[in-house]
Amino acid sequence: MASSVGFAHPTSSLIINKKDKSLSVVPSTSQLSIYKCKKPISNNISMAMATRQSERKPATTGSMKSPMTMTEKIFAKGAEKAEVKAGDNVWVNVDVFMTNDISGPGSIGIFRKEFGENAKVWDREKVVVIPDHYIFTSDERANRNVDILREFSLDQNIKYFYDITDLSNFKANPDYKGVCHIALAQEGHCRPGEILLGTDSHTCTAGAFGQFATGIGNTEAGFVLGTGALLLKVPQTLRFVMDGEMPDYLLAKDLILQASEISVAGATYKSMEFVGTTIESLNMEERMTLCNMVIEAGGKNGVVAADSTTFKYLEDKASVPYEPVYSDALASFHSEFRFDISKSEPLVAKPHSPDNRALARECKDIKIDRVYIGSCTGGKTQDFLAAAKLFLASVWVDIYTLIVPGSSGKTCSQIFEEAGCDTPASPSCAACMGGPKDTYARMNEAQASSLSPYHHG
Amino acid sequence: MAVSLSHVSYSTTFTSSASKTTVSGPSLSPHSIKVPTFSPLTVKPLNSSFTPHGARAITIAPHATSTPSSIPSDTSTTTFHGLCYVVGDNIDTDQIIPAEYLTLVPSNPDEYEKLGSYALIGLPSSYATRFIEPNETKTKYSIVIGGANFGCGSSREHAPVALGAAGAKAVVAESYARIFFRNSVATGEVYPLESEVRICEECRTGDVVTIELGESRLINHTTGKEYKLKPIGDAGPVIEAGGIFAYARKTGMIPSQSK
Repeated sequence: MASSVGFAHPTSSLIINKKDKSLSVVPSTSQLSIYKCKKPISNNISMAMATRQSERKPATTGSMKSPMTMTEKIFAKGAEKAEVKAGDNVWVNVDVFMTNDISGPGSIGIFRKEFGENAKVWDREKVVVIPDHYIFTSDERANRNVDILREFSLDQNIKYFYDITDLSNFKANPDYKGVCHIALAQEGHCRPGEILLGTDSHTCTAGAFGQFATGIGNTEAGFVLGTGALLLKVPQTLRFVMDGEMPDYLLAKDLILQASEISVAGATYKSMEFVGTTIESLNMEERMTLCNMVIEAGGKNGVVAADSTTFKYLEDKASVPYEPVYSDALASFHSEFRFDISKSEPLVAKPHSPDNRALARECKDIKIDRVYIGSCTGGKTQDFLAAAKLFLASVWVDIYTLIVPGSSGKTCSQIFEEAGCDTPASPSCAACMGGPKDTYARMNEAQASSLSPYHHG
Repeated sequence: MAVSLSHVSYSTTFTSSASKTTVSGPSLSPHSIKVPTFSPLTVKPLNSSFTPHGARAITIAPHATSTPSSIPSDTSTTTFHGLCYVVGDNIDTDQIIPAEYLTLVPSNPDEYEKLGSYALIGLPSSYATRFIEPNETKTKYSIVIGGANFGCGSSREHAPVALGAAGAKAVVAESYARIFFRNSVATGEVYPLESEVRICEECRTGDVVTIELGESRLINHTTGKEYKLKPIGDAGPVIEAGGIFAYARKTGMIPSQSK
């Protein structure tokens, strides 16, 4: 980001609610300018980025520019250009780079090989390192990979490294935050208008915050670690308009499975933007679930416009100023899909593909071998709540410690256990992915289980 | 990738200005990325620590015929010849390299080789002929032919790396998942080529095929049929160089390590 650009309007617009996003949003400077401090960032690598001639911020240049989609505006900002359009290849500055224990070591290996053993990352405060995938295992290579992250993070003085050392009890690790995409949000690393790249396909989850977020491979990650920049193609945007009151038996997972009628490749190379009254009614966790699964449609990224829900969530989390951007009404969208969510039914993605959809009621006679609640798509508080609701009419959870109202003093965790579930296990990704042999849920007997997405220290 | 052309010294002869300009965006000079040289520079180019695949049952022969001078890229003379392995639609990264093997770090040469030995091990048992035979570490199929959306699923770069490490040179599919395509180019491990028709339905595993990159053509010698491929375009020189770092050094975008 252009840390050289200072803004003269330290307004309280962090909590601006762009209520009517369907209208053209060409914000005036006073409306949307966010206080941007000249951050004292330790630039170990001096980067000359893109073209420097334009000191203007694209989002605040008035009405002279062409209409753009939200994703185009984020790209323009990242490329320090007044405007970009879908199809352009542009070098963008990366605001946050995230890596984990399965891709981090390889990315670090490439970074060191290419930039030198003594090279420093481009910005130690913009690199977020989250071990989460294969943690609770005695697999030596998996353990070694976490050690590599630790050694690198200490060597590089990485500011945000969420370490875990005591594998026997994850709660004994004050820094461990569990599944990376959820931790990114909970720790305030997801911010409107920014560009977040991560070495995991579900990095797109962060689009829920009105930012561009997508997954990259090790080699590109090595490049980003050294330069803080990457060449990206500006994607076309598919617009999903979801209106209507969402029935209480639906969750965001149903919405994205609804949208996945475009198939597992329907959004390949494209952005999926979610708008409409249903979307506006979703909390941040639900918006994250929605954007999490755009990759299951092949999408490059998913976005939900930042609004008062977003700003409220970020209030006590984001430590860096941010600047939301919004699609113009006249922006060019590749296509538009409309849904009346009030008439939608619960959906199921059957094995082995996310677009192998069926209505839940069509599956009522199918014997289920195992139920798993967890990981980045389905392991947020909201998801545990929904599951617990099936066991008890009214619950409110911190699943380990808070007493669930109306439950005679039980926690959500206890409710799960009494219902025959496993005790909620250590938060990690392995069960969803299929990790080393001894990782959670690699069993062959029918069983119900749940994993916590995070813990309360 | 261990295409014969890619093992020349990176710092010497590459002068194609045409290729150089194509990597950047429409209005961006590549010179706007300045990555300083770090010292001491003790590292080697990306692929140099990998031994060439000795056990290959294929040959890679630069095309001997004269090529039209209007094609500036070196890829105009690149040819792959060997057996093909045919798969269907939506081959995801779990089938290419199952998640349990992701503890292997591709930038470690030993683990790179090991990754290759697991390539496509996640294909269902309905694939009676396996990509890599039991007790082998390399494949005898240098070309993978697939349907739509090849490489969908996760962002794991291990996927194209496993294919390349196993000895595959190119994948020819109807279409690709975005991240797989990018990872293939970034690493230079395999050429992700697109076919204009569903040749996965007309080729069979074990057919002898030739890919002529410059002609954007695939020839199936077993069936005698020829197919048009979509041009690899600007990605070709990057893959040929051995990935984005090698390419960026060749073209002067970032400093050469040998200086």
